[in-house]
Amino acid sequence: MNEFIKPTVEYFELWPLLVVFGVACLGVVVEAFAPRSARYVAQVLLALGGLGAALVGVVLIARDSEVYADGAARGVLAMSGTIAVDGPTLFIWGLVLVLAIAGTMLFAERHLDGGVSAFAGQAAALPGTEAEREASTRGLDHTEVYPLLMFAVFGMMLFPAANDLLTMFVGLEVLSLPLYLLTGLARRRRLLSQEAALKYFLLGAFSSGFFLYGVALVYGYAGSMQFAAINEAVRNDTANQSLLLIGIGMLSVGLFFKVGAAPFQAWTPDVYQGAPTPVTAFMAAGTKVAAFGAMLRLFYVAFGADRWSWQPMMWVIAILTMLVGAVLAVTQTDIKRLLAYSSVAHTGFLLTGVLGVQQTSALADGELTALQAVLFYLATYGFATLGAFAVVSLVRDSGGEATALSRWAGLGKESPIVAGVFAFFLLAMAGIPLTSGFVGKLAVFSVALAAGAWPVVIAAVVASVIAAFLYIRVIKAMYFDEPVGEGPTVAYPSVLTATTIALGAAVTLMLGILPGPLLDLAALAGEFIR
Amino acid sequence: MNLQTIVLAAEGGAIPVVHPVDADGVFSLLWLIIALPLAGAVVLLLGGALAPRALDRVGHWLGTATVAGSFGLSLAMFVSLLGRSEEERQVGQHLYTWFEVGGLDVGMDLLYDPLSALFLLLITGVGALIHVYSIGYMEHDARRRRFFGYLNLFVAAMLVLVLSANYLGVFLGWEGVGLASYLLIGFWQHKHSAAAAAKKAFVINRVGDIGLSLAIALMFTTFGTTDFAAISESAGDASQGTLNALGLLLLLAACGKSAQVPLQAWLLDAMEGPTPVSALIHAATMVTAGVYLVVRSNFIYDLTPTAQTAVVIVATVTLLWGAVLGCAKDDIKKALAGSTMSQIGYMMLAAGLGPAGYPFAIFHLLTHGFFKANMFLGAGSVMHGMNDDVDMRHYGGLSKYMPVTFLTFAMGYLAIIGFPGFSGFWSKDKIIETALAENLVVGLCALLGAGITGFYMTRLMLMTFFTEKRWADDVHPHESPRLMTVPLIVLAALSVLGGVLILNDFIVDFLAPVTGVAEHHEPPLAPLVITLIVTLVVAAGVAAAWFLVGKRDIPREAPQDVSFATRAARADLYGDAINEGLVVQPGRRLVGGLATFDRVGVDGVVEGGSAAVGGMSGVLRRVQNGFVRSYALSLLGGALLVVLALLAVNLA
Repeated sequence: MNEFIKPTVEYFELWPLLVVFGVACLGVVVEAFAPRSARYVAQVLLALGGLGAALVGVVLIARDSEVYADGAARGVLAMSGTIAVDGPTLFIWGLVLVLAIAGTMLFAERHLDGGVSAFAGQAAALPGTEAEREASTRGLDHTEVYPLLMFAVFGMMLFPAANDLLTMFVGLEVLSLPLYLLTGLARRRRLLSQEAALKYFLLGAFSSGFFLYGVALVYGYAGSMQFAAINEAVRNDTANQSLLLIGIGMLSVGLFFKVGAAPFQAWTPDVYQGAPTPVTAFMAAGTKVAAFGAMLRLFYVAFGADRWSWQPMMWVIAILTMLVGAVLAVTQTDIKRLLAYSSVAHTGFLLTGVLGVQQTSALADGELTALQAVLFYLATYGFATLGAFAVVSLVRDSGGEATALSRWAGLGKESPIVAGVFAFFLLAMAGIPLTSGFVGKLAVFSVALAAGAWPVVIAAVVASVIAAFLYIRVIKAMYFDEPVGEGPTVAYPSVLTATTIALGAAVTLMLGILPGPLLDLAALAGEFIR
Repeated sequence: MNLQTIVLAAEGGAIPVVHPVDADGVFSLLWLIIALPLAGAVVLLLGGALAPRALDRVGHWLGTATVAGSFGLSLAMFVSLLGRSEEERQVGQHLYTWFEVGGLDVGMDLLYDPLSALFLLLITGVGALIHVYSIGYMEHDARRRRFFGYLNLFVAAMLVLVLSANYLGVFLGWEGVGLASYLLIGFWQHKHSAAAAAKKAFVINRVGDIGLSLAIALMFTTFGTTDFAAISESAGDASQGTLNALGLLLLLAACGKSAQVPLQAWLLDAMEGPTPVSALIHAATMVTAGVYLVVRSNFIYDLTPTAQTAVVIVATVTLLWGAVLGCAKDDIKKALAGSTMSQIGYMMLAAGLGPAGYPFAIFHLLTHGFFKANMFLGAGSVMHGMNDDVDMRHYGGLSKYMPVTFLTFAMGYLAIIGFPGFSGFWSKDKIIETALAENLVVGLCALLGAGITGFYMTRLMLMTFFTEKRWADDVHPHESPRLMTVPLIVLAALSVLGGVLILNDFIVDFLAPVTGVAEHHEPPLAPLVITLIVTLVVAAGVAAAWFLVGKRDIPREAPQDVSFATRAARADLYGDAINEGLVVQPGRRLVGGLATFDRVGVDGVVEGGSAAVGGMSGVLRRVQNGFVRSYALSLLGGALLVVLALLAVNLA
């Protein structure tokens, strides 16, 4: 007979999660009852306030966190062990929240397109119909995007904190569904946007199926959903090895799809291009952070004892991802697609860090751990990507954003500051010294080398060289090519987008010159609770 | 520890360890010896922008005063050093940490010991005299202030070279004197030949510098330091191969700086510089830096007979090579330069003979510094009177017209050929004696060199001061001004009296704490007999010159139908042709080949690689066709790939 144990809820530790979820629900209520004219301000303030409160909560929890049991990790297992609020979780929560705040500010930008946001006036209206034109002339605006954003953030926070397979799946879905919707809400080029949303949804559902199948297989193998119990089973049980391996494979497919690793990257360029740019910016940065957080926990905690069996597979995927991302980016002619492929290449670099895991005892004192390196890289990547997409939203022509690379020629003359900042983000992505990208790459490459994955590192260096070419190609276009026809124009953003870009640039520069504090913070985050 | 080493050293055979005591009293002003000329250089070279007029008026006196001040300090320290007991005669001063990188910690450390004490006196003493001489010599040159700035810079760099307590400091000075030498050879850069000569000297010196920098790197990897003290202590622990390599690399460095074969070709061309420069840098001080380096590195050379043999061979070849050049040159300065090369060969020879030779190498270096500076300045004085003509075939019978120059030059002449009682007699005689005791062939070569020295110096003397007048029509020879003759007189006196250093074996005992004490080898003949033979050989050389040059008419134009030997000697024994054939042409071909490789190979890989990537990208992007069904298919394929990879690795 199973006894029912009343779950205790650790309200203090779960405060950030609860606040984000609560604000999201409240946003729905506001949408229902507040007058249309008040909704924009109310929703933006509510979202920013909720995210801010959650961030404060993260800081407070981090200050008070205690060593778990007698292990190396700090934090607690909340909700009867389904959610782990430990160092890495807090680090990722903090990162996701900061990126979400910046994302919210991009969502709220209304200066660029003549007083309306980047989202469709009325999503239900078919493109090209009278209804759409009417919504447009009335200056309608979908303020539902803010509650959707908050739900996505909730998913992004639950995903990496989940300590059992079922919670992880719930997190995955909560994070994905709002993003499918947001992708289809572009004000301009709506057909492209809707097509992207549908593709994203179909493929996402397909990959979720794989993930769920993996959950079932691993449950069959271990007899439990709990990561700690799976770990225990992996340690002790050698029977049914193939069940476990296929299970790991299926779970990986779900995660690789989310982070956009090759050969699961096919959706990335289409979705990044079709989605409204603020959504792309937020999604590219936030999803990757959350999904890598989940991947790290799954592979390190649940399957950490069996890492020899999954590391070779990850080698293959990492090499493939880096090369596919870098090579395909070379022939792109659209700036958003180019950045999408570059984000695929970055997924490969992050995987290089993930597979650099070693036994704690094999590390010298003060040596960089794989976890530390990946967390650091996530921070550098997140801010550079967010900033870069924010800049993309500034360069416009009469048809909205001018994303064709040929339209960016001569931008350096038109607006030296915008071109300069964008060039800086590109250099950071290429990993040029004095930018955060260099330190991040150095960190993941060195942990991979320390773990003996030199073939991956060689591929990574080759991919970096190829990728450098395409970043510099954009810089060349901006500064050295003659503008075609009228040339691009740069719209002046409100303080919201400007702040976001400035934040991204400042963090990218800071982490490039003084990476120490953040590396220390990542080290302080310590280990996962096992 | 130190005391013990000294005792050991005194018994003979042991290699002394550098172990300086802290500087106090007058020695704490060690840094000032370098700082004075350095400050002079800075003021003269940079201060020109602030007060050009004033500096033009007093700059040369300022430059002279700084060197004279350094000489005063050097003298005070020398006297003070003599008053110390033997084990306290190495004084170290730590100025500041130059740099600290990883395991390498280099201090700006100075070392004052008997060896550097003698060098200081030579550099600052002769240096000060040449500064005084230059005031007169350069009087009509518009850029005299800059000239003195360069001279000061040279003196400062040379002092760094001999005072540094580690090899990196030596390297700093080494490069510094190289720079100053380059600037001064090319001082009259409007002359194409001067600019080319400066470039040639600089490039050939670079070859030697590579030897020194490689030696320093090897020392760092072997001993983890470049300090004399630490290396001298642990040199015995290094493998024989490492020591041989160190010895040969240091020899390469010495060859470059001291114009030894095969890096000798720059010295004769360097005579394009103003004559005081030739006297100070290319006779008395800088070119002897190679000898200093070998003697200073005695703790390495004493352990590597291979490298010592190489030093002796190089030195013997050079001393004959230089002597042969000296016989054929009609340019008075080039004849003297050949003689310098030959005399440095003697010093190197002595230095290669180990502890028995070190003191005599330094002894000959000092006396040579006196008499060769004397003769160069004398040659400058002659040129001054002959409208800057350097061809001895246009001289003749000058003894009556320039009596002071003639008399002082004669003192130098008697000293260099080794006339009994003059300084050169004592120093060269000792070297030949030691060489004969160590190796008969080498000793005989050195003896032959002494004979040739007698010949070419007598030839020079006869063609310049005696024989018929062969002047150009508009030349009116006259004695030089006081400012130029006074230094000549002082140097002449030193040329005569320099031999006192050997009285009572003073220099041998004085240098013993640095060079160690030699095991005594019996020369094949009694020393007195050797001396007699040397004197006879020299006399034979002088007599040959008297009959071949003094008794015949000397044509104003050099005859062209001469023997092969003379033609070869006039062409610097084809030194330039050898360099051209062995180094320059192959180098040019190599560089051409590399350029082709860069254009075809490297660029090909880069451009071909990017084309390949672009092509691949173009093919791959077709997969991205926009259809969800094919995306889903690739997802499925990926899932298969992942699972197969997992299974293949684990279950295979």
